[in-house]
Amino acid sequence: MATTTYLEAGTVSNTTRAETPHFSLLVRVTHWLNTISFIALVISGFGILLAHPRFYWGETGGLGTPSILDLPLPFMLGGPSGWGRYMHFQAAWLCVLTGLLYAISGLMSQHFRKNLLPAKGQLSWSALKSELWNHLRFKKPAAEEACSYNVLQRLSYLVVVFFLFPLMIWTGMAMSPAVTSMFPFFVTSSGGYETARTIHFFAANLLVLFVLVHVAMVCLAGFVQRTRTMITGRVSGGKVRP
Amino acid sequence: MSENVSRRKLITAGLTAAAGVTGLGVAAKIADHYGLIPPDWGGIWGPGETLTYATQRLLMASGSLAREFNRSEVSKVVPVSGPQPKTDPYQRLLAGGFADWRLTIDGLVARPSTFSLDEIKRMPAKTQITHQACEEGWSFIAEWTGVPLSYVMNLVGVSERAKFVVFWPFDDSWDSLDLPDAYHAQTFLAYNLNGQDLPADHGAPLRVRVARQLGYKSVKYLQKITFVDSMKHVGDGRGSAEPAGGYSWYAGI
Repeated sequence: MATTTYLEAGTVSNTTRAETPHFSLLVRVTHWLNTISFIALVISGFGILLAHPRFYWGETGGLGTPSILDLPLPFMLGGPSGWGRYMHFQAAWLCVLTGLLYAISGLMSQHFRKNLLPAKGQLSWSALKSELWNHLRFKKPAAEEACSYNVLQRLSYLVVVFFLFPLMIWTGMAMSPAVTSMFPFFVTSSGGYETARTIHFFAANLLVLFVLVHVAMVCLAGFVQRTRTMITGRVSGGKVRP
Repeated sequence: MSENVSRRKLITAGLTAAAGVTGLGVAAKIADHYGLIPPDWGGIWGPGETLTYATQRLLMASGSLAREFNRSEVSKVVPVSGPQPKTDPYQRLLAGGFADWRLTIDGLVARPSTFSLDEIKRMPAKTQITHQACEEGWSFIAEWTGVPLSYVMNLVGVSERAKFVVFWPFDDSWDSLDLPDAYHAQTFLAYNLNGQDLPADHGAPLRVRVARQLGYKSVKYLQKITFVDSMKHVGDGRGSAEPAGGYSWYAGI
């Protein structure tokens, strides 16, 4: 599906290179659906967390048992968190279905192999070092970088897509008494119910951190132009994606 | 030609839409027939709830069992959520050691019955050590003893028309289960916690234990059980007191 869209648009606008879609329709649609679901998951996840802002290790934990982390928040702040659960699972469905669509199409269109796996030479120490140095100095990316992901982007996207999101789903499943009655390995491999909850929280923090850096980088590169590109798929004046 | 194309497109689109609507209607009918639509399917969170419930019902059709633990894994602390009703008749029954307490079973059953606590304790007992998580996030492992709900259901002869079992407690937290969870091997009416009579704050004299759902589905302070074919006319029609407070009816999560 992604390939078709890309090719169709590409063949129609053969004359002007600027018209060539930078992101395939599928990548754009899944990006924004995922944005919606992610925001809803963070808000509702925080709502659920407020009921009991304490973390444990192992199978069980509660008031009167040792914790590994106490957030400086009162219990049940904001009242019962039922709305949070309704919202969390609705958003989770959107996130998982969008993620599946993205992952399957990304594999089939070779998007992952071509655009996310670090290219040859990108993984050398000197290349990584200079890339990291540029990032830390908030150096505005070169114009041609608008058309291809740099190695730090590629690595962080790979970690997010293939590690953090699957980990969120895995530990989420581990917290479902119905799912674990059918598939106990979700919870046993997570090291227990409360451990799964704790990992779920920390992985969520890493995802939020990723989004903050991602948005900061987009702002650095030109928020309006980059956001327009993610909506229309087109880069004005940019080079064609390799 | 372009007119032809647009007309063809229009007809195709019309047929597709009609097929889509009919298909959705038929799908909803079939889903409802197989018990895949939760009572709180309406509202903005309905789609997510229905997807979750239907998916889990299909996956767990085999009656999968929740994990059971060893006695050494039993938690030292069993937190209390929702203390005992402070009002009569509960306090009066508690003071009398529940000698006058009766469990009423009615609705779609062949033999509407009432049972005393002693009668329930003489039924074949079952003990299990399971994990229970509160929707808030805390959890514990405890040993529960009671009678399997399925045993009581066979005793009173539940009609084939029944689709839900409603639990009426002495407090306001009434709730219901679908029949797959009611007949489930780990669903029972518990009167004993960690080797002792159920403490008042934990639901004395009798509470439900549902191993495959969150803690709030394990209704405490039972006084009546009713079998119905639909939740439409029970309470606000959403299957439980929970949706009014924002919590989903199905808590297998």
